[in-house]
Amino acid sequence: MDRVPILKIGDILLVSIQVDLQDHIALALQEDLGDKIVATSARGVLIDISALEIVDSFIGRMLSTIASISRVLDAETVVVGMRPAVAITLVELGLSLGGVRTALDVDRGMAMLAASTEVRDDELEPDEHGAIDTVSAPGD
Amino acid sequence: MADAAVDKGWATLLRRNGDEVVARWSEAAAQSLEGRMTRAELERDVREMYDALVAGVGEGDRHTLADASFAELRALLADVSHTRARQGFSSTETAVGVFALKEAMLGVLEEHGDLAAYRSFADFSRLIDELGLYMLEVYAQAREAVIGEQADALLELSTPVVKLWDGIISLPLVGTLDSARTQVVMEKLLQALVDTGSEHAIIDITGVPAVDTQVAQHLLKTVQAARLLGAECIISGIRPQIAQTVVALGIEFGDISTKASLSEALLAALRKQGTDVVRRTGRRDR
Amino acid sequence: MPTPVVVESGEIHEIHTDADVVRVRQAARTLALSAKLSLVDQTKLVTAASELARNTLVYGGGGRATVEVVRLGPRRGVRAVFVDEGPGIPDLDLALTDGWTSGSGMGLGLSGARRLVDEFEVSTDVGTGTTVSVVKWTR
Repeated sequence: MDRVPILKIGDILLVSIQVDLQDHIALALQEDLGDKIVATSARGVLIDISALEIVDSFIGRMLSTIASISRVLDAETVVVGMRPAVAITLVELGLSLGGVRTALDVDRGMAMLAASTEVRDDELEPDEHGAIDTVSAPGD
Repeated sequence: MADAAVDKGWATLLRRNGDEVVARWSEAAAQSLEGRMTRAELERDVREMYDALVAGVGEGDRHTLADASFAELRALLADVSHTRARQGFSSTETAVGVFALKEAMLGVLEEHGDLAAYRSFADFSRLIDELGLYMLEVYAQAREAVIGEQADALLELSTPVVKLWDGIISLPLVGTLDSARTQVVMEKLLQALVDTGSEHAIIDITGVPAVDTQVAQHLLKTVQAARLLGAECIISGIRPQIAQTVVALGIEFGDISTKASLSEALLAALRKQGTDVVRRTGRRDR
Repeated sequence: MPTPVVVESGEIHEIHTDADVVRVRQAARTLALSAKLSLVDQTKLVTAASELARNTLVYGGGGRATVEVVRLGPRRGVRAVFVDEGPGIPDLDLALTDGWTSGSGMGLGLSGARRLVDEFEVSTDVGTGTTVSVVKWTR
């Protein structure tokens, strides 16, 4: 049935939520993303919520869970484009989305992911180990 | 009408001499409202009030405005008071419309009344006083509302968000921060972050006279909301006495960065952004 | 004398599925717009409605929501009432505590919703059900 599409751009997965999410669709997205991170060895997940008019505790929990799952799978999650009214409401609701990184828009989110990927690659690049970042995606 | 023979008080008089009462009432009210509204408007208001009053007056002469039968009259009076308050009428000008009915009734009494009617005038007068007080009460509430709206408008004006640098905006706060004001401030700041695509905001509280637990709470919420958008806030302009109260009250600013002055905050924001500020040597000392 | 609350318009929605929760959210938004709530207040009301509708579905086993535009003197607002015939809440004080949850949520449903609105009332009886009523007024 209706699922939220996940796009792959380089080693980043982009999710743009464009509809008022029903709870089961949110849960499906959470699972799909986990599968897709493993399948594509993605390094980052970008979730664009600029079209969302509200984020309640359920969606908030979904975002936190996605961030935790992707961290376990060695990918960074950045949530971008939250509307000001949504942010104010979330704070009042008592939800701070701990563990979720945020950016103003998709561009900045991409830059943020690129920067943190670089840092990690630097850490992993001592000469004696030779090349380590050849990511071969399993066949489609 | 049923007990017309028994009931000779003001209520009967009022009901029987409708046109005359309305005419005299309008006349009396016009004297103080001259120029504020047209005669036609005034007569329409008076006619409406008269109809509602008569509709609410049952048998007998003793009534109070709280009677259930006066619901329509109350609504009408509230409506009139509201309109007057919004149009800038004074409280006297608002209430005089009802008080003029007393004068009108006295006139009618002289023409048609008997002893019984005169005796009941005290009851009538009491009721009219109630109407007047009720109007004044509603009038005061309406004025409060107008003042509230003006305060809101002032709030909008008094919260400018300024761009300090590419990607850095500042919000100089002046005056006391209460919960209503903070909400406006928060909204403006967050919207400005999104509109300008800025990742840094400096909230300068040099002009805030005191920081108590509540103000601190509001500041923290603003900073948290900004983070959810993907922006960082620095709080600057913390005067020594404010630092002391903050510590004395045991307020935790957590991991929010604070700076003593706006310029230091700007420098910190520039650094985080990756912009270096370098003073050229040798050129200034000529 | 207190001015009575006047109901200007309203709708009733049954809550039995996920999709119904979304429908209640949308109804709350439409009415919040027509009551001229500010954008932030709209968002707060819709979020609270979403939390409470989900509570009705998950904990109350379904029920119904009444969403209406109300007026009190010069102020307008939106009222949302959620009714279920579920098991009720045995310890209301506990349920209103942050972080407490009997289900899978973050435990912010009831207490969080309360912070987002101007008026909040719960009446609950174990075995008979729960009614939650909230109002958000224009400022």
